[in-house]
Amino acid sequence: MREIISCQNTDVFMLGNEAIVRAALESGVRFVSAYPGTPSSEIIDRMYEIRRETGVRVEYAVNEKVSMETAAAVAISGARSLCSMKHVGLNVAADAFMTLAYVGVKAGMVIVTADDPSLHSSQNEQDNRFYARMALVPMFEPATPQEAYLMTKEAFEISERYGVPCIVRTTTRVNHARGVVRVGEYQTLQDTEKIGGSFTKDPFRYVVVPMVGRRLRVELLNRLKKLEEVTEQSHFQIVKGDGRLGIITDGVSALYVEDALRDLNITDKVKVLKLGMTFPLPKSLIKNFLESVESVLVVEELEPYLEESIRAIAQEVGWVGKIAGKEYVPRAFELNVPLVRTAISRFWGVSYKPRYEPVPPNVVPSDLPQRPPNLCAGCPHRATYYEIKKVFGAEALYPTDIGCYTLGLLPPLSMADFLICMGSSVSTAGGFSIAQDRPVVAFIGDSTFLHAGIPGLINSVFHDHRFLLVILDNSTTAMTGHQPHPAASMTREGLCKPKVRIEDIVKACGAKRLEIVNPIQVKKTIDTIASIYDDLKREAGVYVVISRSPCPLLERRVVRKPQKIFFHVDEFCDGCGKCLEELACPAFYRENNKVQINRLFCIGCTVCAQICRSIKPVRIDSK
Amino acid sequence: MEKKDMLRMFFVGVGGQGVLLATRLIGEASLLAGIPVSMSEVHGMAQRGGVVESAVVLGNRASNVIGEGEADVMVAFEPLEALRSLAKCHRGSLVITGTSQIPPFSVTQGTSKYPPLNDIMTILSREVGNFYAIDALSVASKAGSEQAVNVVLVGFLTGLMENLGNKIFPSLDFFAKAIELIVPQKLLQVNRRAFEMGYEESKKSNAGK
Repeated sequence: MREIISCQNTDVFMLGNEAIVRAALESGVRFVSAYPGTPSSEIIDRMYEIRRETGVRVEYAVNEKVSMETAAAVAISGARSLCSMKHVGLNVAADAFMTLAYVGVKAGMVIVTADDPSLHSSQNEQDNRFYARMALVPMFEPATPQEAYLMTKEAFEISERYGVPCIVRTTTRVNHARGVVRVGEYQTLQDTEKIGGSFTKDPFRYVVVPMVGRRLRVELLNRLKKLEEVTEQSHFQIVKGDGRLGIITDGVSALYVEDALRDLNITDKVKVLKLGMTFPLPKSLIKNFLESVESVLVVEELEPYLEESIRAIAQEVGWVGKIAGKEYVPRAFELNVPLVRTAISRFWGVSYKPRYEPVPPNVVPSDLPQRPPNLCAGCPHRATYYEIKKVFGAEALYPTDIGCYTLGLLPPLSMADFLICMGSSVSTAGGFSIAQDRPVVAFIGDSTFLHAGIPGLINSVFHDHRFLLVILDNSTTAMTGHQPHPAASMTREGLCKPKVRIEDIVKACGAKRLEIVNPIQVKKTIDTIASIYDDLKREAGVYVVISRSPCPLLERRVVRKPQKIFFHVDEFCDGCGKCLEELACPAFYRENNKVQINRLFCIGCTVCAQICRSIKPVRIDSK
Repeated sequence: MEKKDMLRMFFVGVGGQGVLLATRLIGEASLLAGIPVSMSEVHGMAQRGGVVESAVVLGNRASNVIGEGEADVMVAFEPLEALRSLAKCHRGSLVITGTSQIPPFSVTQGTSKYPPLNDIMTILSREVGNFYAIDALSVASKAGSEQAVNVVLVGFLTGLMENLGNKIFPSLDFFAKAIELIVPQKLLQVNRRAFEMGYEESKKSNAGK
């Protein structure tokens, strides 16, 4: 990993996210802030790992809005900054983003938004290219790690030259692509003690009240004109080939186009415009391109973002050739070479015969057992779900939130009924509780609570909503790779003292009753929850349980205490299977009508032994 | 396949089997050998027992995502995952699967059935041009660590590519250096041995001749 700092003027095999890190370092970035989110997380994670060597100040932010505002203030103070987020993170930061575009920055500021076509690990596949158009900020779209590196560097330059934050919009296949990157020179910062920025007071520029905003709005539009010249001239707008058939494309789609044309053997008939800067669009360039071809296919992932603009440009300049896009190129999910090949061959009637026929999909049995990700053996969330279900049953409504615990959705736990976004568990629990009579229990993780759960809690306290909020506190942001947060008591680097206490926040928000439980103690936890259920039935209000037990995956790595026991099933097991139905630990398996425990998976958490007499501990002899 | 100017390889396994390290190893070896290489990985759920996929494309191609019917090589670390991803392959594909099964949770729970291993092998060998099954887990454990299944499979693939006369895939020598580059010092010996033993297996089976 240190290679990311030490390599100079050489070819390195890098993840797209690492290429962005390296480019930011070479660009003299002084401050990086982010809330983790797949597929962007490695940007902040790598930056954090090497922060001491680089002297860059790196902060895991509480949420994306906070990260953008903090990074903006640094850039406005004259030091370069970067913030990265997954696509939906920009929704959270959008309020800051839209007006930051008015105010602008002094030093270069780059915002990486990592889209996730095909929803590999997201709740939607929104197309964030529209954010650039809405805010009127320049946008770069790399196709490869090499381009991610080059464009991030260019984005810092353009940002600083025009006083505007720049977007680098990636997709999963760029962030998590690995490729050869030719890096340049990098020297670690010398004066690392202080960022040493400066801020000249100018409230009639920086305090955006309506009269200031009106002026900035006009400035924003004037700046847009200058940026249009930039994108017309940018060397990231690449025209290849000189055929009469035209393709306009961007990002990774350009790679699929290149390969598809080669497969179809029509590279010499086609002229391709690959746009590397996709906001503002280079109108003259597109006009000239249109006039040089007979027909145009727009190949882009997700929404017809380019297509609609190109149709508008064609109308404006009176070009009457055929333009096609989404009627040939799928709108949902990622593209790939076969999909693009099919689109091209259908649009222009080019035939294709592969060297080998594909294996037909129907030879794969359709009923193969699925392999969804699961809560780990020994995960305390599973214990909490067991205990809550014992008291509230399957009939209660369970709004949930974003984190490992969302995996509790799967049967047999089935402890998730509603989820749309970070923090939605709390506020929707409030809404559900006033709309119907069922008991409502909301689940939210520690990091997600701090990210977006607190306003919902305050709102529900204010309005006397009636539900139980369970904060599943495993002391880390587990899902995205164990990033620290303000209330965490351990990080990848060791144990630490929480800076913020979740119980203090909950109390200050005015929860009717707060209990802190350790879900590993099954009976005690069930008793506590049962008593809360009684109160909840009697009196409206927001009841809160903090279910606190550290993530065993991280704890084992940090504390390194050897496992002392594992569990096995004794000969009296009657095969009732309740443990499988109700606890469903992945260490359990069924064999000869009995349940067994895979000792390689069992971490000795003890929870199963508390619910079944046939499960017994076995001491591991220390060598 | 050996006459083509590129090679698309698809790797699939279960979280914890080291799929991503295997493809990185091939990536680094290719870089050392001066072969154009790009990769794409699907991260995220690896630690929670989900499916992990990674693609390596060598030679004269721009994209690193492998669509249906496009994998020239598929290396599966687990038989069920080999079967699930079979539509990535074409009739001329080389397919390698590790034989040790990792049953999904629904199977261990008794709510669904793992297809009989024989059936899986029959389908795989019937549908593709070149199919090999290897007990990579035993080889790895003989090499000194069950964790080294990934490196055994890369060694096996390297030997097969040699047997098949493939001109794109990096040759043996580059892997020694690549292993040194990305494997932590204390695991170096075991992984070197695992690679060699995987490579030897490919010679024993006289594969591809």
